[in-house]
This record gives sequence, structure tokens and C-alpha cells, in this order.
Amino acid sequence: MHSDRASLGLRIAAAAGLLFMHLPILLIFVYAFTTEDKSYQWPPPGLTLEWFAVTWNRPDVWEALSLSLRVAAISTAIALVLGTLCAAAVAHTRFFGREVISLLVILPIALPGIITGISLRSAFNLADIPFSFWTILLGHATFCVVVVYNNAVARFRRMSGSLIEASMDLGANAFQTFRHVILPNIATALLAGGMLAFALSFDEVIVTTFTAGQQQTLPIWMLEELVRPRQRPVTNVVAMVVVLVTFLPILGAFYLTRGTDTVAGQGK
Amino acid sequence: MTPAVRFRGVSRHFGEVRAVDNVDLDVAPGEFFAMLGPSGSGKTTCLRLIAGFERPTSGSIEIFGEPSTNIPPYRRPVNTVFQDYALFPHLNVTDNVAFGLMVAGVGKAEREQEAQKTLELVALPGFGDRKPSQLSGGQRQRVALARALVNKPKVLLLDEPLGALDLKLREQMQEELKSLQRKLGITFIFVTHDQGEALSMADRVAVFDHGRIQQVGTPEDIYDRPQTPFVADFVGSSNVLSPQLAERLAGVRAHASLRPESIRLDAGGHAATVVTRNFLGAATRLTLDLDGEKVSVLLPKGADVPATGDRVHISWDADALHVMDTRND
Repeated sequence: MHSDRASLGLRIAAAAGLLFMHLPILLIFVYAFTTEDKSYQWPPPGLTLEWFAVTWNRPDVWEALSLSLRVAAISTAIALVLGTLCAAAVAHTRFFGREVISLLVILPIALPGIITGISLRSAFNLADIPFSFWTILLGHATFCVVVVYNNAVARFRRMSGSLIEASMDLGANAFQTFRHVILPNIATALLAGGMLAFALSFDEVIVTTFTAGQQQTLPIWMLEELVRPRQRPVTNVVAMVVVLVTFLPILGAFYLTRGTDTVAGQGK
Repeated sequence: MTPAVRFRGVSRHFGEVRAVDNVDLDVAPGEFFAMLGPSGSGKTTCLRLIAGFERPTSGSIEIFGEPSTNIPPYRRPVNTVFQDYALFPHLNVTDNVAFGLMVAGVGKAEREQEAQKTLELVALPGFGDRKPSQLSGGQRQRVALARALVNKPKVLLLDEPLGALDLKLREQMQEELKSLQRKLGITFIFVTHDQGEALSMADRVAVFDHGRIQQVGTPEDIYDRPQTPFVADFVGSSNVLSPQLAERLAGVRAHASLRPESIRLDAGGHAATVVTRNFLGAATRLTLDLDGEKVSVLLPKGADVPATGDRVHISWDADALHVMDTRND
């Protein structure tokens, strides 16, 4: 018997699965409003907005947030430039070792973050590079480049090569061709890749642990707070912010890349 | 007169492959010129050399007297209609057509007006706001044509311009391209593998094979007086007779071509045997065995058609048997 509706058992199982994934996130939100600040007590003895004010006035939160935003923004910018260039080279030219380069670019995201972290840390040590904002940035850029590259290379492959020739044929130099033909055709892919890269960087813990000096990015700061309880709900307030900051770009990227499956330049 | 395009000893090699091999070519200004050949014969590479997408491995290219061998595509006075049209999918029809003027710095109002005028020229007014994906194949082709012509090129290059169209549209576009070329007086160079298209549209045809030009001439030259066995066979499937047979029939020891439609059944002629018989509609094609060589004959409708195995006699006018240049053997 076939029916358009799934069986009751299947629907319950699906609902249970979704609840299992999302209920804990909801709990985080609830604890941001609790009046009790030593241990996570259920149910919360009372509800208050006090922790939002406390969080607002904590300089360490602002420092961590600011560092995370700067790292995410700059590593995304680096990734957009390098990822796009690399994708353009791999998708539209043939050269010796092209497949190898393609694989090597993707490797950092396939490797466990801990490997990337350890190897970067020992490399920085060997080269006598002090751990700083810039070492965090480099660590994040390794995987941000991959995300942008993956999005861009897929779009480049769907773009007909004769579009670029047509542009040059019509009098556009390399810069004009990039500005008026290539960029409009890969823009949504770059936006999606950039947002994903930003979100990945923003909540990255493992690589950051190995490449940071005294600085604390937001996720690292949260880990520290959990170990050393002091005004615990502040962590929950920050967690809410993190969820929103990472969720919104990913949602945006999803909507932007939807419905762009038509092949660019296949005008027959 | 300065030729529109001049090739001197132009070669383009891709590794071991000689795509274009030592080609000399002069295309006259205002000419409708066809480059004809099978795929891989080098005709498209020649077109890309004129457009500037390829640089010659050796030799020199001039466009209206300007040495152009190392000029990038965006600084050549030529425009191309691409085989897949290569319309910009993110731009509407008007912006596609106005693209060349836009990158040249022409103001928005003026370039849109020019685009409109050119779209009217190619008989596609009123489609300016559509995206290329909303057009039919024939309409896209007209947009591609307008996008190239709006820049007032000195030479228009067309890469298999009619290849993607169905038969009826193809015949219509042949007429339109021909009258457009006469009206504008621009040099048109087009690449095709369809000999019928080349013969019906072009003022002159260059036949390519293996990266070399086999023959350049008017369609009548190419058809009636092929210089090599390849040209005879590729253009109109002529009978190519061996030097031995040609010597017996015409007294000259060289390859000769004999058009199937110029052979008649004639009791006083050479004896041959009918091997196969194919009804084609307007004509019947016979394959004969003439002294051990296959010769095909096209009999018009209404003629008496012999049966397979029959003994027949054939003859032709003296000038129908064309003895070819022996240099290319």
C-alpha cells in the first residue's frame, strides 16, 4: 500500500530525531534567562533579563567577539581572493599537476582539524613565528579557502568558456571581462562560499586552540567560561548570539544558491 | 587593394598536432568568404587565429594591412558569432547587444539606441528585455549577430553559424545572412562543414584538409574544377578516377573528377556494369563498375533506369571530365 503520507511510526521517529538535535539548543536559550548562576538547575527557579545587561558590560566578551569577527572577516576576504583565483585556474586551464593541486586545496577540510592545528603550530614554532592574531588568521584561512574554492569551481565549470572569449572579442580587456562577465556569473557562488567560510571561522575551536597565543576567540572564551563558572548564564547569552550570527549567513547562503542550477552560457 | 585578412605561412601547432599548417590566404574586402572542411581540418583554428583567440606558432597575420599577429582579441577590428552563441546569461538582450559599446565607454542612452537599431537590422525588435534563456535558438542567433554587428567590425567571423538550427530555419538564415552582408558591405568569413552552405552563400570558398588549404576559388571553380581528389570528393561527392583510368579515358595520367550528374546513358559510350541502384526521389543514383572502378551516376527522374547487373554504356561532355592538379598526390 502506497500513500502520500508517511506512516505514523516514521513520523514519530522523524520528530524525535529533530527534537533530539534541536532541544538542547533550545535549552541553551532558556538558561540565558535563568535567575540561578551557579549550576544549570531544571526547571529554572525564575526568569530574568539581567544577564543581557551583565554580558553587555563584560569587556572580555567584547574582546572575544571583536577578535572572532575580525578573524572571520579577514580570513573570509583572503579566502575569497585566493579561492576564486585557484578555482579559475583549475576550471578553465589545463596544466601539468592540475588534479593534484585540486586535491591539495581540498585536503585541509578533509583532514581532521587537530592535524591542521598541530602541523600549523609546529610549523610556526619552527619558523619562530610568535602566536598572534595573524597566526589565528592563517589557520582559519586554510579551511576558508577550501569552502570558497569548492563553491567557485563548481560555478566556473558550469560557465561556458566561450563567454570569456565573447567578452574579449567584443572589446573588453581582462579587467572589464572579470568585472562585467565573470563576476556577475559567479557572484552568488562567492557570496554563498563567503558566508559559509565566515560561519566556519566564527565558531572554529580546534585549529584556533593550536594557533592562538593569549588571545581568545569567542568559542575559546566560552570553553574557558564553562570550566571556570562565574556568572554562568552570560555564556548562554553569548551562545544565543553565536547561534544567530552563524545561522543567519548559512540560511542566507542557502536561499541565494537555490534555483541557480541552470547552466550559465549554455545558450542553445 | 589591401586584403581584409592576409595569412602568410601561418601555422598553429598543438604539441604534435598541426592544426593549421603553413597557410597562405588572402580575403578581399567586402567578400563573403567560406572556410569549408571536415572537422579537425583546421578551419575553426584559422577563424580563431583571425579573432585572436589563438596565436600562430609561426607566420604572420594582417588585418586590413595592420600586422595583427600579436594583437589581443579586444583590440582587433573583428567580431565573432560563436557556434554556441555565447550570449551573456546574466544580461538581457539589449545589454547583450550593447556590451561592446558599454566596454568602449559609450553612454547608456546612445548604446541602447544603437542596440535597438541593430536588433531591427537582424529582424528581432521588441525582445530587448528578455533574457537569452527566454529565446528560441533562431532568436539567440540573431542576438549573437546583432551583438557582433553593433560594433561595426571590419570583418565579421561566423563559426558554424547555422549548425544548431533546423533545416527550414537554416535555409532562411542563409538568405538573410547573404542579404545582410550585401547591405552592410562588411567582410564575412564563415566556417562550415556543410558544402551546400558554403557553395550557396560564399563568393569564394577555401577547402581545408589536415590543416592545409586544398583549394581556394569561387563555388563554380571548387565544384567544376577541383584541384585535388579531396576537394572533388568532399565537395559534391564527385567520382575521383585513378590516373590509370583517366589516362585511358582522356589521355592524361593524373587523377580526374567526373560529376555523377554529368554522366549520361548513351549507347555509343564506354561499357560499364550496374552494381547498385538507389532511388533518391528527384533522381536515381547508380553505382557502375567501369573497368574495375566504381563510378556513380545520377539519373534525373523520368530517365530509363537499368536494373542491377545490366550492361550499360555511358558518355559525358568532353569538359565534364576534369583532370586535376597532380601536385598534391
